[in-house]
Amino acid sequence: MLQTLLSLDNVSKAFDGKPVLAALDLDICDGEFLTLLGPSGCGKTTLLRIMAGFEQPDTGSLTLAGEDLTRLPPERRPLNTVFQNYALFPHMSVYDNVAYGLKMEKRPREEIHKRVMEVLEMVQLQNFARRKPHQLSGGQQQRVAIARAVVKRPRLLLLDEPLSALDYKLRRTMQGELKRLQRELGITFVFVTHDQEEALSMSDRVVVLRDGEIQQLGTPREVYERPANLFTARFVGETNFFPGRITSVEAARLRVDVMGLERTLQLPRFEVSEGESVNVLLRPEDIRVLGPDDPQGLPGKVIERNYKGSTLDSVIELADGTQVLASEFFDEDDPAFDYNLGEPVRVSWVDGWEWLLPEESVAAAPGDVDEDG
Amino acid sequence: MRMASGLQQPFRNAVLILVWSWLLLLVLVPNLLVIAASVMTRDAGSFLSLPLTLDAYRQLLNPLYLEVFLQSLYMAVMTTLVCLLIGYPFAWSLSLMGPRARILLIFLLIVPFWTNSLVRTYALKLILATNGLLNQGLMNLGLINEPLRLLYTEGAVIIGLVYLLLPFMILPLYSVFEDLRKELLMASHDLGAGPLATFVHVIIPLTLPGILAGVMLVLLPAMGLFFVPDILGGSRNLLVGNVIKNQFLDARNWPFGAAASIFLTLAMAFLMFAHRLSKRRIGEEGA
Amino acid sequence: MNRWLSRSYLTLVYLLLYVPILVLVVFSFNDARTGYEWGGLSLRWYHALFGNRAMVQAMWNSLWLALSAATVSTLIGVLTALALHRYRFRGKQLLNSMLFIVMMSPEIVLAISLLALFLLVGIQLGYFSLLLAHVTFCLPFVVITVMARLSGFDERLPEAARDLGASDFTMTRTVLIPAIMPALLAGWLLGFTLSLDDVVVSTFVGGPGYEILPLRIYSMVRVGLKPEVNALGTLLLVFSLFMLMLSQWILIRSKR
Repeated sequence: MLQTLLSLDNVSKAFDGKPVLAALDLDICDGEFLTLLGPSGCGKTTLLRIMAGFEQPDTGSLTLAGEDLTRLPPERRPLNTVFQNYALFPHMSVYDNVAYGLKMEKRPREEIHKRVMEVLEMVQLQNFARRKPHQLSGGQQQRVAIARAVVKRPRLLLLDEPLSALDYKLRRTMQGELKRLQRELGITFVFVTHDQEEALSMSDRVVVLRDGEIQQLGTPREVYERPANLFTARFVGETNFFPGRITSVEAARLRVDVMGLERTLQLPRFEVSEGESVNVLLRPEDIRVLGPDDPQGLPGKVIERNYKGSTLDSVIELADGTQVLASEFFDEDDPAFDYNLGEPVRVSWVDGWEWLLPEESVAAAPGDVDEDG
Repeated sequence: MRMASGLQQPFRNAVLILVWSWLLLLVLVPNLLVIAASVMTRDAGSFLSLPLTLDAYRQLLNPLYLEVFLQSLYMAVMTTLVCLLIGYPFAWSLSLMGPRARILLIFLLIVPFWTNSLVRTYALKLILATNGLLNQGLMNLGLINEPLRLLYTEGAVIIGLVYLLLPFMILPLYSVFEDLRKELLMASHDLGAGPLATFVHVIIPLTLPGILAGVMLVLLPAMGLFFVPDILGGSRNLLVGNVIKNQFLDARNWPFGAAASIFLTLAMAFLMFAHRLSKRRIGEEGA
Repeated sequence: MNRWLSRSYLTLVYLLLYVPILVLVVFSFNDARTGYEWGGLSLRWYHALFGNRAMVQAMWNSLWLALSAATVSTLIGVLTALALHRYRFRGKQLLNSMLFIVMMSPEIVLAISLLALFLLVGIQLGYFSLLLAHVTFCLPFVVITVMARLSGFDERLPEAARDLGASDFTMTRTVLIPAIMPALLAGWLLGFTLSLDDVVVSTFVGGPGYEILPLRIYSMVRVGLKPEVNALGTLLLVFSLFMLMLSQWILIRSKR
């Protein structure tokens, strides 16, 4: 669809003999909002630092629009970074911070002034030009950091967890702001975060990283609805896993025994054969909680109920101890909706809403996944 | 932080070469020279000559010098103890003051430190002399009939050393007291310890690194500040520093002066080791 | 501890610390010759001080020495601190320990070791030998002051500057140096004061050709009382007080 802007080829990096990135290939398209998502230690920040030039890859190369960047020092790369804690120069005013990069380009004074004021206006800080960074709020500092980077009109903007220091509400506002800026400027954004909600809501494409390897690359929707493996499924959003065994394979469908329940499912993308085990994945919002006498569900009992405003989240414990998370839209008119703790129920789902993954050791998926920033 | 760039490498190398050569030429080599000097033979013409000998160290044990050393050590230990006795409650009280008052008080404490130490020692002489201010005051009050002999005594030297070195005891103590969390004291009381038990089992162990740092900063200079006895102590209350100075500058006995200085260096090494050990015990990485 | 008790104790110790200094200042304006009695206000000792050509020469010598020693040690010290902070290199630990040892070892040990070196190499004792020695004992203090500032320094700032197009050298000039400026000035002032105050090292490595103030005071106060010293001491006190306030002001202002 789009032209490739930055392409990473076979990039690897190790620190003190410990591999952080393993032979990684990645093409970043011109104008897209790409997010690097993963738990801490997955290599996303190292990858960003390699793009910026603060780290040298052990192997591989970086090419930006046909130009080899690999050996270029950071100051000569046509891309800029918004740092995690902003890294505003404390001894310079907002104006001087933003003007710094243009001064380095030795632009004429009038041009610098014009461009700085333009970009400050864009982030609505034109009246704060004389302030020092410590006189600004966190959100304002954040906007200065962005202004300082975009004033240089980089081909690519790298953002290293830029919102992690802000509180929840401000983070929401800034997410919208960043999207708006990206559309207006038409600059390619590479955004690093460990917050999957942020990744899904902002990006054109998401790269899920784990232990220096790309787990999946796709649109937020693909990543959420059709995770490539158990790690992605677990890391991106809440997921329920049901062990299934294939009883028969037909032309376009599949019969699977899910914990004693016979279900007809669509044929997955991977090879399947009779007698094989598979994982049946269901997002909490795809789970239906039914009355105890309903014949088509798995029996269990409610052990937790959390009212979340628009939804009602329940944890249901199945007979074998498996816990299932269900998230249902709140409907006060439905009398059957309100279950008490300990009440027996059945859980089910609408056929076709499930996602199948081949058998892999579920236990191998990391337990130390950051739930939220 | 390692960055590859054309400019950085020469700059980095130039800095490292400059610093290394300065420290090697003006710290390491001179100290090796002193060690070498201590095992050579005294020579009237060129200060030193071969053969190598341990005579200088044997001379250290000569009763005449041994007495001077012991006297110096005694005065240094007394100085340290007095500094500790004055400084410990002082640092503690200081740490209990409000933050604004503390800044001012610390400032007042380092003003003397920035003031010429010779001049301050001399000021003590004004007070301690036979017809000095202290004796005049005491006589005017009718407490004594004739002036006390204060100057040119062991006591005068100790007073002078305490006066010069007290801030060096207080500052490290203050920094450990500042880090001492009040909750620990409350916890100790809560668990049934009285004030004395809390002091012995909680406060002392936690402030031990500060105590040892203070001891280190006071004890060693208290053996080296030769001008204090020169001004306040007369000829009988000498420090190791006076011996070293006399041997180097007057008697021209370099091997002996060098050996005496190695004695001081070893004392320093021992104290530094004790300090590290105490810091490690309470889980801080020693600097 | 009892609040009242601790406050009176603090007051008492401060009194003891300041009484000798006050006595010195008061007696510097004393007209009496003997030094122990009050003979009325007078500036005669200040006149005597500035009438003494050798004394004035020693003052200038000391000032010049302190100025140059502080400047050289600050230059080397800042570079050392930057190197220790930014670069990994072999022997870093050794470098650290050497600085620490210089700071901790008794001055007299440093003094004789430098004397031994100067005589061996054949450096004439005078301004140059004093300069080398003073720079050496000031160096660790400058390094420590600057390192303390750098340790609280955001590692991302140099990277941000590089990212915005600054070369390593430009980054050092526009970001690192301004950031450590307060520590640099404080280190310079500390070095200046240490140099001006030093007796022990200068006694060994100083020469007759370049007389400096502390050595002149030393030879004056060893025997008897010299009222001029009161006046000189007062001047030095005012001077150090000014320098100290300047350095505190710089440090506090930089923290805001």
